[in-house]
Amino acid sequence: MSTDSLVKIRDLNFSYDNRPILNGINMDFPRGKVVAIMGGSGCGKTTLLRLIGGQLRPTKGSVEVNGEAVHLMRHDALYAMRRRMGMLFQFGALFTDISVYDNVAFQIREHTDLPEELVRDLVMMKLNAVGLRGAHALMPNELSGGMARRVALARAIALDPMLMMYDEPFTGLDPLSLGVIGQLIRKLNDALGATSIMVTHDIQESMLIVDYIYFMSDGRVVAEGTPDELRATKDPFVHQFLYAEADGPVPFHYPAPPFAADLLRGGARG
Amino acid sequence: MDKLRDLLTKLGSQVTERLWRLGFASRFFVAILAYSAQTFARPHLLLREIWFSGVLSLIIILVSGLFVGLVLGLQGYETLQRYGSSEALGILVALSLVRELGPVVAGLLFASRAGSAVTAEIGLMKATEQLKAMDMMAVNPLARVVAPRFWGGVISMPLLAALFSMMGVFGGYLIGVVFIGVDEGAFWSQMQASVDFREDVLNGVIKSFVFGVAVSLIAVFEGYDSIPTAEGVSRAITRTVVTSALAILALDFVLTSFMFRSL
Amino acid sequence: MNRTVLDLWVGFFVAIGIAALLFLALKVGNLSSSNFAETYVLQAKFDNIGGLKVRGPVKSAGVVVGRVANIQFDPSTYEAVVTMNVDSRYRFPKDTFASILTSGLLGEQYIGLDVGGDEKMLKAGDTIAKTQSAVVLEKLISQFLYNKATEGPEKK
Repeated sequence: MSTDSLVKIRDLNFSYDNRPILNGINMDFPRGKVVAIMGGSGCGKTTLLRLIGGQLRPTKGSVEVNGEAVHLMRHDALYAMRRRMGMLFQFGALFTDISVYDNVAFQIREHTDLPEELVRDLVMMKLNAVGLRGAHALMPNELSGGMARRVALARAIALDPMLMMYDEPFTGLDPLSLGVIGQLIRKLNDALGATSIMVTHDIQESMLIVDYIYFMSDGRVVAEGTPDELRATKDPFVHQFLYAEADGPVPFHYPAPPFAADLLRGGARG
Repeated sequence: MDKLRDLLTKLGSQVTERLWRLGFASRFFVAILAYSAQTFARPHLLLREIWFSGVLSLIIILVSGLFVGLVLGLQGYETLQRYGSSEALGILVALSLVRELGPVVAGLLFASRAGSAVTAEIGLMKATEQLKAMDMMAVNPLARVVAPRFWGGVISMPLLAALFSMMGVFGGYLIGVVFIGVDEGAFWSQMQASVDFREDVLNGVIKSFVFGVAVSLIAVFEGYDSIPTAEGVSRAITRTVVTSALAILALDFVLTSFMFRSL
Repeated sequence: MNRTVLDLWVGFFVAIGIAALLFLALKVGNLSSSNFAETYVLQAKFDNIGGLKVRGPVKSAGVVVGRVANIQFDPSTYEAVVTMNVDSRYRFPKDTFASILTSGLLGEQYIGLDVGGDEKMLKAGDTIAKTQSAVVLEKLISQFLYNKATEGPEKK
């Protein structure tokens, strides 16, 4: 891949309580592209995002964002870096005690001294971009799941970040909202000139909007490529994932002793 | 033998767990104090929290104070009149409220009304990833969410305790003077002659301040340290109320033995 | 919640809270009566102060005119040295008599000042020469019993 990458991950290892989560990950996220990280539940995708955002520290290896090593940063430098990152959380994570407007304005008010009229213009602009300018006075609990996700998106892009991260942006959405969010992710990325990293297990929607895909399993990268390359591949893992087959390289069964042994033991007791 | 070893292992890990939490709570307290300058630099955040823990607890504090005063008036009169000293009712009502009942009962009510609400709020913010989101937006949740709630409680508590005591004295006056007919002049003058400002009133205020610090710290800590699920948050709320109540009663004993040692 | 309305509520809350504190200090407690604007210091030595305490009242003709500021033991004379803060509105003659009295039979102890007839007044820092110690109930009782015991056999 091109040398001009906004985010570079090299030989990244991470373990939690001596349990390895990530194992020797190498990834590149080129500027201006939307890249998806896919894999089954619990394969360490979300952990990867938190490592890029500096909320977790790797046990080994390096994470570089815009040429700076995130994993070595002290608190202040990290916060300076995060002002240029936006993150969309799985269920939006809107602040429930303040209105939609105040949610979007939150970061602008915290980090700048702009007069309130300018803040208002910015907020309305961001809300307009996600099509929810009319909902600015609502409280988060009055929003549907899809609307909440869009508001959270508007909040994440409030300070025009250079890097956008999406943690399962499609979870729990109806097909219509799902398409809307997918299109927004692509359009906002191109309009902002940002780079996007999307963690998801929604193959069909992602294939339509991303430039490159990494497949992960058990804390390793098992396959990568552009959507077209992946569709053409013979790799059994990708094939299983793309066509949602129940059994394959990713086993249907949780590791267990042979079924017959379990049955026999039950019989002996009875 | 194995059972004994299991028991000891369990006990050991329990103790380690408690010590770990205690250490974390202490570090947490220091961190709150370190971020407090930011809290006082942004008074509107603090005002919202005083509203949340102070103003919203007002009704329960005023009503409970009045009832406690009424009961004190009735019971006190009942006992005092046997010894023919019913004029001392004012002293009895005022001293028991200002020294003990005001800070302690107001503290217990404050823990169950405001403390539990603060734990619930912070726990819910944690469970819905709002704290993480804030952290990712380069806004420190300790400075923005936790410290204002802590100070809101610390400021509200002494005021609430004073209001509780005032309502209690008023309740005692209502029963003693208005309904039973104890001499009004004797009621007030005996009270004033025996309640010392420094010895009684000020010590009561110090007590309520200490209780405010304890309850607020427990409330924000339990919320921040809660397991981020619905069950975890509800457990944290229970722990807040139970731990606060124990802390108030234990601290009350310690403070009382320091303050009123000469008596 | 609108912020201005919120401000009003918080203001109201803080105001009544402080009012309650003042009420406790002035109406319930004795801050109003115990704080004299200006005071001067008098001293007195007693053989025995009984149960007198710091901040105990100093009364003259039943009116509180001051408070006990300090109580110390003088190792050279084996006497108690009591320092009093007396309201500067009141002046007392040189031959004022200070005694330790008890309000009621078992009440708190206080210093009573009985005024003499001297023309000269006590100045700040002066020591009252004439004092009477506290009446210690136990001594009184034992004295009474001793007297009874000594006169007992004669009667029989």
